[in-house]
Amino acid sequence: MDFKKWSLAAAAVLAGTAFGLPAQAQNEQFLPALVYRTGPYAPNGIPFANGVADYWNLINERDGGINGVKIVFEECETGYATDKGVECYERLKGKGPTGAGYFSPLSTGITFALTEKAPGDKIPLLTGGYGRADSRDGSVFTWNFIAMGTYWTAADVAIQHIAKELGGMDKLKGKKIALVYHDSPYGKEPIPLLQKRSQLNGFELLLIPVTHPGVEQKSQWLQVRQNRPDYVILWGWGVMNSTAIKEAAAVAYPRDKIIGGWWSGAEPDVAPAGDQAKGYKALMMQHGAGRYPVHDEIEKYVYARGKGAAKPEEIGHVLYNRGIINSMIGVEAIRTAQEKFGTRPLTGEEIRWGFENLNLTAERIKELGFEGMMRPLKFSCEDHEGARFARIHQWDGKQWNVISDWYEADDSIILPIVKETAAGYAKEKGITPRDCSKEG
Amino acid sequence: MLYREAGQFKTSYAGDMAIFPIRQDRIGLAILLAFAFVVVPLLAYFEIGPFGHDYIFKAILIPFLILSLAAIGLNILTGYCGQISLGGGAFMAIGAYAAYNFSLRIPELPLLFSILLSGGMAAFVGILFGIPSLRIKGLYLAVATLAAQFFFDWLFLRVPWFTNYTPSGSVNAPELNFFGWVVNTPAERYMLALMFVTVFAVIAKNLTRGNIGRQWMAIRDMDIAAELMGIRPLYAKLSAFAISSFFIGVAGALWAFVHLGSWEPLTFNIERSFQLLFMVIIGGLGSILGCFLGAAFILILPIFLDQVPHAMGVPLSVETVSHLVYIITGALICFLLIVEPHGFARLWAIAKEKLRLWPFPY
Repeated sequence: MDFKKWSLAAAAVLAGTAFGLPAQAQNEQFLPALVYRTGPYAPNGIPFANGVADYWNLINERDGGINGVKIVFEECETGYATDKGVECYERLKGKGPTGAGYFSPLSTGITFALTEKAPGDKIPLLTGGYGRADSRDGSVFTWNFIAMGTYWTAADVAIQHIAKELGGMDKLKGKKIALVYHDSPYGKEPIPLLQKRSQLNGFELLLIPVTHPGVEQKSQWLQVRQNRPDYVILWGWGVMNSTAIKEAAAVAYPRDKIIGGWWSGAEPDVAPAGDQAKGYKALMMQHGAGRYPVHDEIEKYVYARGKGAAKPEEIGHVLYNRGIINSMIGVEAIRTAQEKFGTRPLTGEEIRWGFENLNLTAERIKELGFEGMMRPLKFSCEDHEGARFARIHQWDGKQWNVISDWYEADDSIILPIVKETAAGYAKEKGITPRDCSKEG
Repeated sequence: MLYREAGQFKTSYAGDMAIFPIRQDRIGLAILLAFAFVVVPLLAYFEIGPFGHDYIFKAILIPFLILSLAAIGLNILTGYCGQISLGGGAFMAIGAYAAYNFSLRIPELPLLFSILLSGGMAAFVGILFGIPSLRIKGLYLAVATLAAQFFFDWLFLRVPWFTNYTPSGSVNAPELNFFGWVVNTPAERYMLALMFVTVFAVIAKNLTRGNIGRQWMAIRDMDIAAELMGIRPLYAKLSAFAISSFFIGVAGALWAFVHLGSWEPLTFNIERSFQLLFMVIIGGLGSILGCFLGAAFILILPIFLDQVPHAMGVPLSVETVSHLVYIITGALICFLLIVEPHGFARLWAIAKEKLRLWPFPY
C-alpha cells in the first residue's frame, strides 16, 4: 500500500481539525444540546430537538439574546446511547467563554450517567419530566432539576385518572392494571410508586417488560390478552409506542383503556398506527399539542428569517412544544441568575442558582406567550420539580383533544418514597444533604 | 537503516527468548511507556495542549485503554485459541456486576481485590460456557456463546438482587479507593486504567509466548493434530475460556467503575460483543498489539470523524454527520479487510519488514 499517500491524507485531516478551532466571542452564553436525530428513537428525538433550537433562536432573533447575551448552541448526536451521550457531554461541557450552561439529554440512561458527573463539573441538568424521580430532592441532588414532574408524578396521575373513570378511588379495589414498560431505567422508574399505589388502593399490578427498542411485542400483548387487565399503562418511547398500539389492536385490547405516560403521548406515537390509535389516551406533561402566542413569535422571528429547524406543519406538535418549554425554563433560569450575578455569560454554577431560585408566575408565563400550556413553576432547594400537575389527552385519529381537568399528584404518597430513595442514594455516594433552611 | 538488528547478538537463552529481541523495539516501547506514564500526566498537570482538558481522558483515552484490555481478552480466545465468541459483552457485564456486588456486600474488601475477584467470577462463568466448545466448533460455538450474552442480559435485568433492588435497575460505582489512593480526577482514572492494561498486556503477551499459548495456537490451527501431539483439548480450550473471560471481566469492572460510574444492563448488550469482535478482527487475530490498534480504530475513528465537519466549519446537520460517520467507518472496514485481511497487526509487521530494508529495497 502507498504509505506516503496515506500519511498525507491523515495529516491533511489532522491539520483541518487543528485549524478549525473557532474563535470565541466574549458576550456569548454557550448552551449544549444532546440530541438524537438518528436511531430507533429519532421520531421522538427530532421534534424535541427542533423545539429546543427554535426557542433559542427566537431569543437571539427577537431579543438579541438573554438580556443581550447571545445564545450560542451546538448539537451533538447521541443516538440515545449512554456511552455516546457521555462522550458528547465531555465534548461540549467546556465550550464557550464560560462552559456549558446546562444539559438536557432527553434520555433517562444518559441522565443517570451525567448525574454522577455534573456535581464534579458544576453544571446543572435540566431534565423536564424524565430522569431519576428521587432527584426532585434538591438537598441531595443539588444539580438536577426535574422540572414539571417526575415519573412518579406521572404514574400517580395515571392512577388518579383511572380511578376517576371508574368512579372513585375506592373502585380501584380488585381491579387489574398492567404496566407495559420499556425495559430500561426509564421504564422501571414508575414501578415503586405503582406498587405503593396498588397496596394502598388494592388493585393488582401486572408488570410486563418490553425489550429495547420495542419493535417486537407480540408475546407481551398476548400476555395482556390472557390476563385481561382493566387498564394498561403504557410506558414506552420511540418506536415502542406505535408498535404497542398496533399490537393492542391486533389482540383487540380496547385502545381507550390504554393510558400512555407523557413520553408515550405525541404524534409520532400514534400516527404510524393510523386508525388503530383512535381513542388512545396519554398523560400530558402539563402542555399538549396546539399553538399559543409563542408559536406566532417563533414563526415571525425564526421561520420568516429562514432559521427554523422543523417543518412548518410540525410547529405545535406535542414534543416540539416540550422542546420549547424546556428551552424556556432554561433561558428563564439564566435570566434569574443574571439578576444576581450580572448580565454576562454565566457559569454552570451560577445558572444552577438561577434554576433553584426560578419562579415562573402565571403573569410571567403569559408574558412569554405560554399561557394555557403550563401552570406556574417554582423551584426551591427542597423541591427541584416545581409543579406536580398533569392532564390527559386523547387521540381522535387526527389530533389530540384534552379530555380531563388538571390533576395534582398526591405528594403524601410520593414524598416519603422520594425521601427514602434519595437518602439511600446520599448514603451510597457519601453525600451530606444540604440544609435547605440555610440556602438563600 | 535505523531499524536494523545487525550486530545485536544474543549470547544467552534469556536474550533469545526476550519479549522484544530487537533493541529498537525495546527503545520504542520504553519511549511509548514513558510518554503514557510520565509525559501525559505531566501535560495534564500543567494543562498543556489537549491534555489540559478532561475530554481527551474521559472520552478517548480511558475508554480506549479499557476496551483494549477487553479486546486482549477476546483475542486470547478468538485469535489465539480459535474459538469464536459473541459473549464479550456478557463477560464484561459479569465483571461489572460482580465487582459491584463484591464491593457492596463486603465493604471491607479492598477495591483491587473486588475487581480481581470479579475477573475470577467471569473466568468461572467462562469455563461453564466454554464446555460446549469441546463438542462444537466455529459458527456453532459462536451461537452457543451468544446464549451467554442473552442469558446475562436477562439475568442482570430481571434478578433484582444483582442490582441491589434499585428501582430503575441502574447502579452506581462506589468511591474508587485503592489502598488509600482515592481515584478521582480524569488523569488519575487514566493512570489507573493504564496500570491495569499494562500489567495485563504483559501477562497476556507472556502467556501467548509460553507453553499454554502454544497449546492454544496448536488447537486453533488444527485441533486433531494438536490432540495427536499430546495437547489436551479440554485443558487448552477451557484455559483459554477462563483466561479470556478473566481479562474481559476485569475490563468490564473497569468500564463500569472507572469509565462510566453508573450503568445499566444495556451498557453490555450484544452491540458491545460485536464491537469487541470487530476490534479483534480489524486489529489482527492473534496479536496483542492488534488489540490496541483495533480498539483505537473502532472507538476513536467515529468520534474523530464526527467532529471533523464541525471543526472545519462545514455546516452539516448532526444527523447527516452521524450517517456519514456510519458510512465512512463501514466503508473503511470493508476496504481494510479487502486490502489486508489480517488486520492492522499485519500492516504493522509489513511496515517493519520494509523498514529493515529501507533505503535499499529489493
